[in-house]
Amino acid sequence: MFRRRRRDEVAADPDTSTDAPGEAAGGSDPQPAFDRPLFAGFDDDDPDAFRPGDAEARLEHGLERTRGGFMSRLRDYLGDGPGGPAWDDVEETLIAGDVGAALSMEIVERARQRRDPGGAEAAVRAELASLLVPRGGAWEPRSAAVGRPAVVLIVGVNGTGKTTTIGKLAARYTAEGRTVLLAAADTFRAAAIDQLLIWADRAGVQVVSHAPGADPGAVVYDAIDAAVARGADLVIADTAGRLHTKSSLMDELSKIRRIVDKRLPGAEPETLFVLDGTTGQNGLQQAKAFHDAVGLTGIVLTKLDSTAKGGIVFAIEHDLAVPVRFVGVGEGIGDLLPFDPDAFVAALFA
Amino acid sequence: MFDSLSERLRKTLSELTGRGRVSEADVDAAMREIRLSLLEADVNFKVVKDFVGRVREKAVGAEILQSLTAGQQIVKIVNDELVELLGVGDRTFHLQGNPAVVSLVGLQGSGKTTTAAKLARHLVRQGRRPLLVAADPYRPAAADQLETLGKALDIPVHRAPVGTPVVEIARAGVDAARRLTRDVVILDTAGRLTVDQALMDEIAAVNAAVKPIETLLVVDAMTGQEAVNVATAFHDAVPLTGLILTKIDGDARGGAALSIGAVSGLAVKFMGTGEKTDALEVFHPDRLAGRILGMGDVMTLVERAQEHVDASQAAKIEEKLRKSQFTLEDFLEQIQQVQKMGPMGQLMSMIPGMGGMAKEAQAAVDRGELRRVEAIIRAMTPRERRDPAILNGSRRRRIAAGAGTDLTEVNRLIKQYAELSKLMKQLSAGGGRRAAMSGLVGRR
Repeated sequence: MFRRRRRDEVAADPDTSTDAPGEAAGGSDPQPAFDRPLFAGFDDDDPDAFRPGDAEARLEHGLERTRGGFMSRLRDYLGDGPGGPAWDDVEETLIAGDVGAALSMEIVERARQRRDPGGAEAAVRAELASLLVPRGGAWEPRSAAVGRPAVVLIVGVNGTGKTTTIGKLAARYTAEGRTVLLAAADTFRAAAIDQLLIWADRAGVQVVSHAPGADPGAVVYDAIDAAVARGADLVIADTAGRLHTKSSLMDELSKIRRIVDKRLPGAEPETLFVLDGTTGQNGLQQAKAFHDAVGLTGIVLTKLDSTAKGGIVFAIEHDLAVPVRFVGVGEGIGDLLPFDPDAFVAALFA
Repeated sequence: MFDSLSERLRKTLSELTGRGRVSEADVDAAMREIRLSLLEADVNFKVVKDFVGRVREKAVGAEILQSLTAGQQIVKIVNDELVELLGVGDRTFHLQGNPAVVSLVGLQGSGKTTTAAKLARHLVRQGRRPLLVAADPYRPAAADQLETLGKALDIPVHRAPVGTPVVEIARAGVDAARRLTRDVVILDTAGRLTVDQALMDEIAAVNAAVKPIETLLVVDAMTGQEAVNVATAFHDAVPLTGLILTKIDGDARGGAALSIGAVSGLAVKFMGTGEKTDALEVFHPDRLAGRILGMGDVMTLVERAQEHVDASQAAKIEEKLRKSQFTLEDFLEQIQQVQKMGPMGQLMSMIPGMGGMAKEAQAAVDRGELRRVEAIIRAMTPRERRDPAILNGSRRRRIAAGAGTDLTEVNRLIKQYAELSKLMKQLSAGGGRRAAMSGLVGRR
């Protein structure tokens, strides 16, 4: 069953996007990822439409809160007061930001030994940055060959924001001029397909769906066929949220992955793991289990517009070498930003 | 559930238990481990500080240090403190009022809609007549989700056209309940980011309009240090009356949600233990503390058994066990009944001393071992099931072919059954539980 959803007035207009200098990067050092809006120019009367400047404002706003609770306190501790930095307090602040107790101790220990000429702040900042995976260029879902679609599998535990993220990704790549097709492979949760259809409508993309309860692998299979037939560039597959401890459900996910590999040999689908920014230390176990099941190629860190800190990301990137690709900073369709590690760490200190 | 915390605490404490006398340095080492353990379990760092302080104070008392059972005493202190940490506040689920209004609030994705359906089902089982109200007009298809769940449970769902203000939806829901003679209204409110003042004002307005007797905060067990701030923010907006802890069937240690109690004085009233609508449990702090420490949770197991196992049938089985007439047919029935009670790993983690085996048992189930056992028994004739002694080589080969497995598997099952019937006899005379259970899940 195919449902066609399209909004023709969707148009990219990069020129409107450069007039809002990002301050999230901090200081005079411009950080490209945050300076440049992701995509722009949805029709103005759509309340969900992206507006230039929103993205920066939201991230700035989001990080403001993050900073308020976390890094500004850290700065206070790290300020070169009479007694030097209060390392215990630094450790506690990192722990409070969900960086994790063991890792926080390690970071502090290494920062102390570093004796950074730039002072304690530079030392902690450098240690945090060193935990993150070095990135190449901008992230792009790739296709195996000309005329064949790139595939993005969206996975994660229940309630992290997978469907919302897909809506945002679909809008983003549509605005870049790609033809996106969504696969509604969350056939388990009540009304998940309806939710995806609503997002598809907002993003102006097509959806391949089966009836609730259908085999998710079959949905993905059909979506790939449909994408090939219609010449779509990109298939984004929604999957049901699943706790990483349920091995039968994780097997189901591996099966979906195998279907993609079989249908599009050499396609190397992108598997994005959607992680709730408020998640604590369990985030690492989650990421490991999903990595084992489908081989993660990236992470989307959602709900960063709350007071959440997302500190578990440091442990995940360090242990699994899977980089965060995007951060979700709001409920609107434009509220998805590329994650830039330098800008992220720098912005936290700003 | 809470596997890793219980495993680590058990490890730390068994080092203590193993040595009899402990020095102050030993206590310090144990406290460091407990601190780390609780922090990695997402217990709020301030709560951890207090907790460890209290345990340490009690543990280094001279009286205890001179005692030979110092290790056990520290276990007891930790357990008592955990129970205290988990057991604050009023855990009664209040349902006064006609209709009684129960409002579910929480962050996005914490599981409010699923929990609303679970709670409604729980109430039906108690003889109440709940009405579900879809008061989340923001998340796409949230009302559809609740309606689908309600339909599956045969519980009515009140919903309003898109654009209806939330306060109106809530009021109309209460009116609808009166009209339909439903005595409990469950409000599924929109997920919120705590920082969103407009939405916080909105739930405050809903509360003022329909005056819920219970306003329960739904908390994801995987939440990190932020949980305490979240609870505080909601508590400031509306007077919360308790918590529901969700997704506790994963391996999240759930510490942050537990520490909400320590900071806010709010009690956990229910726990969500699975995706299905019957996976909701009443919260018992002493049981959970015991589970955290690997001391088991027999009470929950017994309750589940009572709910799912036919009493007369159980009596029959017991009788057979005593008279050593337990056949493979009964064995098959037992396997099916146990599976009705819940995931094997979860069941195992409730049995004292078997926390460590829970994972293995669940893995065995997930590998399909139980299903293979079922297949083998089903491939037998009724006579063979009643009297496995007649199973000669030719019969065994036939069974293996019929069950789609090989001869070694069939032989293993028959051997296990023989061991099991022997152990069952011992068990009915007391003891031998661990060995009997390990036979049941086909441990190699």
